[in-house]
Amino acid sequence: MRLRSFLVPLALLAVLVVVPFLSVDLPRILPGPLDSPGTLQLLALCLVFAGVALSYDILFGFTGLLSFGHALYFALGVYIPAIALTKWEWSLPAALGLLAVVAILVPLVLGAVSLRVSGIAFAMVTLAFAQAGNVVVQTNPRGLTGGDEGFSLNFDPLPDFLVGVVNTKNLYWLALGYAAAVFVVARLAIGSSTGHIWRAIRDNERRVEVIGLRPYPYKLISFVLASFLAAWGGLMWLLLIGVTPEVTTATLTLTLLVMVVLGGAGARFGAMLGGFFYTLLDYRLRSLSGEERIQDLPDVLRIPLSEPLFLLGALFIAVVFFVPGGLASLPARVRQLTQRRRAREATP
Amino acid sequence: MTTFVLLTITGLGLGAMYFLVASGLSLIYGLMGVLNFAHGAFITFGAYAGWWISTKVGGSVEGQLLVGAAFAMLVGAVLAAVVELVFIRPLYRRPVEQVLVTVGLALALGALVYGIWGADAKFYPVPDWMLDTTTILGANIPNDRFVEIAVAAVVLVGLISLLRFTRIGLVIRAGVENRAMVTALGIDVRKTFTFVFALGGAVAALAGVLSGVYFGTVDPTRGTTLLIFAFIVVVIGGFGSIGGSAVAAVAVGLVQQYANYYAADWLDWSGAGDVAVMLLLASVLLLRPEGLAPKVAH
Repeated sequence: MRLRSFLVPLALLAVLVVVPFLSVDLPRILPGPLDSPGTLQLLALCLVFAGVALSYDILFGFTGLLSFGHALYFALGVYIPAIALTKWEWSLPAALGLLAVVAILVPLVLGAVSLRVSGIAFAMVTLAFAQAGNVVVQTNPRGLTGGDEGFSLNFDPLPDFLVGVVNTKNLYWLALGYAAAVFVVARLAIGSSTGHIWRAIRDNERRVEVIGLRPYPYKLISFVLASFLAAWGGLMWLLLIGVTPEVTTATLTLTLLVMVVLGGAGARFGAMLGGFFYTLLDYRLRSLSGEERIQDLPDVLRIPLSEPLFLLGALFIAVVFFVPGGLASLPARVRQLTQRRRAREATP
Repeated sequence: MTTFVLLTITGLGLGAMYFLVASGLSLIYGLMGVLNFAHGAFITFGAYAGWWISTKVGGSVEGQLLVGAAFAMLVGAVLAAVVELVFIRPLYRRPVEQVLVTVGLALALGALVYGIWGADAKFYPVPDWMLDTTTILGANIPNDRFVEIAVAAVVLVGLISLLRFTRIGLVIRAGVENRAMVTALGIDVRKTFTFVFALGGAVAALAGVLSGVYFGTVDPTRGTTLLIFAFIVVVIGGFGSIGGSAVAAVAVGLVQQYANYYAADWLDWSGAGDVAVMLLLASVLLLRPEGLAPKVAH
């Protein structure tokens, strides 16, 4: 069992590493052959969201903290390096150093304040802070954030291998590295003694207090770690997509929540599966909505079918109702079903 | 001084809308423990329903607006009741799943609004006299501000009378305080749930229509924007308290307006008002984590 828990991720990693060398065509799923820049960019994005969703799951699935402000920390990773590189013309190491400091300090301060309340009040406070971040970005203080439009990143301080369409495969590997790093850090953290206390807090916070532990510092550690990991996902978004203000919206946080629940909150691979497949599905539904056979339908069908978010929202509701454990619970469900059938056949 | 008067009355007008949204949210949360993200969709659908019917009926602009408001409230109430019956009720006693479902609904319904009416803002029917100004203490105040304040005041008085003087109000107040006890006394609280949802939906839709008058337009992001401020009002005011919501809504509206003018001038930055509200929320939580009012509906 111990061996298997290492082998499965390693085998998966090996397969994902060689993807840019394969020219396999998967029509209807991917936009082009596996080694084409468009496909690699999409897959890189899927991997980034696999990582970000897992970072959110540390909070939601493993510590039981329902935060509605995770987008803020993702957005830090987009905006802090972009501003440092473009507006202040810093070097890349300096910009990354700044991100590392900011991505610890901001969640430390905001987490310390918002964790004074718990449950739904916590959710609303984190939402309010994230909304403040959104307002800051939208109102373009001192011309730093570019408001609604964003701004284009100054690519000069970046090393050559990260720039240009021909180098999309390098970005893909970087995204894979990010997802793998989040996976390793999350597993180590969740397996540590702190991680055990996180799960205890999730299951019954009062009992943790009765045992004599203060949940507050543990919740804060979870909050800071999750936010820190999300910020580096933001950096990947910056390299893959650029500076876009929608990364600061509450919709992004809600999307992360949807990814985690779709995949299975608090399950070993759940959040990553959810992040990966949600992103892929979002892309597929977007291109589907432009197709003629959808556009020719009557309004009653055409309007819902051409709004990917409507379909994803509906799918999400269906999963909450009918598959409470998400994608990750499917193998166990199937196993249970076949066992039950076998048991029924065995009894005459 | 004139600027201060203008800011105060505009802030009250804004607070009026926050109160309308927050009162429903607060009652729903207080009674059922559901954080209703779909409330934003009730606002947006209400605003669009009011706009849509007003383009279909003739007559004076006042008449169109009144018909719009009535129709919007009907749509809001029906939509909210359907949401409660179909999506919330089966997940009774599973609060996290209930929140998740309202999140899914918020995403799906929001996307549906984009699909049906497009991203562009629609112009709202606003009677000319509401756009005129009245001079109070030397300040020229647009008349629609008084309409918003008056409507919110009527709703406030109406909700408080409902809670104080009717049987269902008594059940709601008792349910907010101790739901298990009310059920144990043989009262079917679930009927009250649907009622509170429909009431909240109707009032939220009314807020949507008023926001159309206030801003002159309606666009698909209206619900989400108002909802976030309403959440803040609910947290500051204390869950389940109508009076607390009213006080907090006024405070949030005023802080936002004052900061938007005075601090924005000083900082040379237009986001000051919204960020000041977030700071207000943070300081209230640091000083009084339970909000302004304790958890009692009154």
